[in-house]
Amino acid sequence: MEQITVIDKDLEIRLQDAMCVNESHLEHKWYHNLKYLVVGILFGIVFVKSEVVSWFRIQEMFRLQSFHMFGIIGSAVLVGMVSIWLIKKFEVKTIYGEAIEIHDKKFNKGQIYGGLIFGLGWAITGACPGPLFAQIGTGATIIIVTLLSAIAGTWVYGYLREKLPH
Amino acid sequence: MLEIIKEPWPWYVAGPLIGLTVPAFLIIGNKSFGISSSLRHICASCMPANIPFFKYDWKKEVWNLFFVFGIFLGGIVAFNLLANPNPVEIHPQLATELATYGITDYNHLVPQDIMNWESLFTLRGFLMMVFGGFLVGFGTRYAGGCTSGHAIMGLSNLQLPSLIATISFMVGGFIMANLILPTILSL
Repeated sequence: MEQITVIDKDLEIRLQDAMCVNESHLEHKWYHNLKYLVVGILFGIVFVKSEVVSWFRIQEMFRLQSFHMFGIIGSAVLVGMVSIWLIKKFEVKTIYGEAIEIHDKKFNKGQIYGGLIFGLGWAITGACPGPLFAQIGTGATIIIVTLLSAIAGTWVYGYLREKLPH
Repeated sequence: MLEIIKEPWPWYVAGPLIGLTVPAFLIIGNKSFGISSSLRHICASCMPANIPFFKYDWKKEVWNLFFVFGIFLGGIVAFNLLANPNPVEIHPQLATELATYGITDYNHLVPQDIMNWESLFTLRGFLMMVFGGFLVGFGTRYAGGCTSGHAIMGLSNLQLPSLIATISFMVGGFIMANLILPTILSL
């Protein structure tokens, strides 16, 4: 019983200010994680080939000079929405036979303040966190500095979290 | 076939492929799609410093680190094997504007004229790379997710907080790109 409380507390912390969490209660050997590596490689290729990771495309998006990025985000959301609807409707299970869980999110003011701050950074760097990794892969080694700085920003947020309005 | 793959991919091919990541992660391991959390797991694994926000079992989320390492490898593959031989095509109006700041090299995904190791120690370079990166890391965590977690996963799951976050991302981006960035780029 105590074990369960410990696990729930851990999940609770992991869920703080996070959209993406592991909802699985199963434990696997490390090599099961290679699945995510493969998805990551395919994802990185799509990112680069569609120029989502291009600073120029982001500038065009925020100047309303191109439909490209809006089309990508819009069609991705549409596909995601239909997929989740199908998963819920047909109670699709994971490949391990587990029921799929998705936690609902509560509103807090951080989504506005943090969202605005991220938006400012997005337009400067021309990258959200995912594209940073892909840009480094394309040989833009200077972006390592941007990535380290983003990690530092995350750390400072964690440090100041209790003092910030939510 | 390879010739077609080497061309830049249109939005109606890339968007649905990115959207498919949502069901893929749910089905292969009950994971909610997102990327910015990887930065938090790096903090939790390397320098938790006794901060409650970083005191959790990051090994449970190690899948996310495999995923972002994959994105890095995907970048290498796309750049070395599937590279578009032509420069990035950009809107003529943007090209005119960028030329006034000395940005004329479109051969890379990042503007090499301003984002390079030499310019890191100039005020403009520092703001573009160090300050910009800091805002991305701080802001995404404060908002509880980035474009992938909120805009794609959250909106797909019809979460109102994600819609609010996504609108905030766009408002911040419009303000920066149109009102503040021109000043930074002129430095």
